[in-house]
Amino acid sequence: MSLSLALNPTLDATFAALADPTRRAILARLAAGEASVAELAEPFAMSQPAISKHLKVLERAGLVSRGRDATRRPRKLEAAPLAAANEWLENYRKYWEPAFQRLDSLLEELKAGEAKSRPARAAPRKPKRK
Amino acid sequence: MPKIGDLKVSAHRDTEILMTRTFSAPRRLVWYAWTKPELVRRWLLGPDGWSSALCEIDLRVGGKYRFVTRHEKGHEMGWGGVYREIAAPERLVSTEAFDQSWYPGGCVNTLVLTEQGGRTAMALTGRYDTREARDAALASPMESGVDASFARMEKVLAEIAANPARGA
Repeated sequence: MSLSLALNPTLDATFAALADPTRRAILARLAAGEASVAELAEPFAMSQPAISKHLKVLERAGLVSRGRDATRRPRKLEAAPLAAANEWLENYRKYWEPAFQRLDSLLEELKAGEAKSRPARAAPRKPKRK
Repeated sequence: MPKIGDLKVSAHRDTEILMTRTFSAPRRLVWYAWTKPELVRRWLLGPDGWSSALCEIDLRVGGKYRFVTRHEKGHEMGWGGVYREIAAPERLVSTEAFDQSWYPGGCVNTLVLTEQGGRTAMALTGRYDTREARDAALASPMESGVDASFARMEKVLAEIAANPARGA
């Protein structure tokens, strides 16, 4: 099958942007409110141009926009792409969780089976001594 | 200590999907559940409504595995691959390919089990060929089941087309 999915074109950019720890920290800072480039650079051991580079990636991904104040040019967080990315992750999680719940029950069964057979059998592995 | 039964999924690095979860059992048992076909077929099924139709495991480096699950409505999903690294009961690396794949290219899965106080932390990383493939895989794990049923329907239609006279 060819890739027939109508992929959210921004999802790719969102995940790429989120792959970097500095960019995630910038987003975490912006979640607390708007900030200028200088303010954003402050907590990082990084130059303003380096921070600007990261901001450009975040802006391209639609995760960050520029505020109205022309002199400060504060950046602010755009939540929509993040919400979309989260939704995909959550769908994937929901798909897999029932299988792992089944695994939980199976493991309980295996543990119970082992507990039952342990006294009857010679220890197949090294004895537990702590 | 992490909570039991809390599956976490994240888009990891550029091309990976990382799933982590903790199980209330020693690592040895979790390893069995991942590597013994009579156990694997009881849980590795995706959502409710699916059951195992085939589960074959040749657990050695270069050995193959093949799983087929069947939905109660009849459609099937098949996948398989080759074991690349086996370090029982800690690490299992295998390739993965679906019969009706909904992402381009291949995938390499790395399972890492860590035991702590009788519990086992699982980290399962799927590494795809490209970021686009990773995103496609993440986008819709359910897509494959749907596509399998379409593929099946296509086959039936092709058979009917090849034998137009039958029963007419």
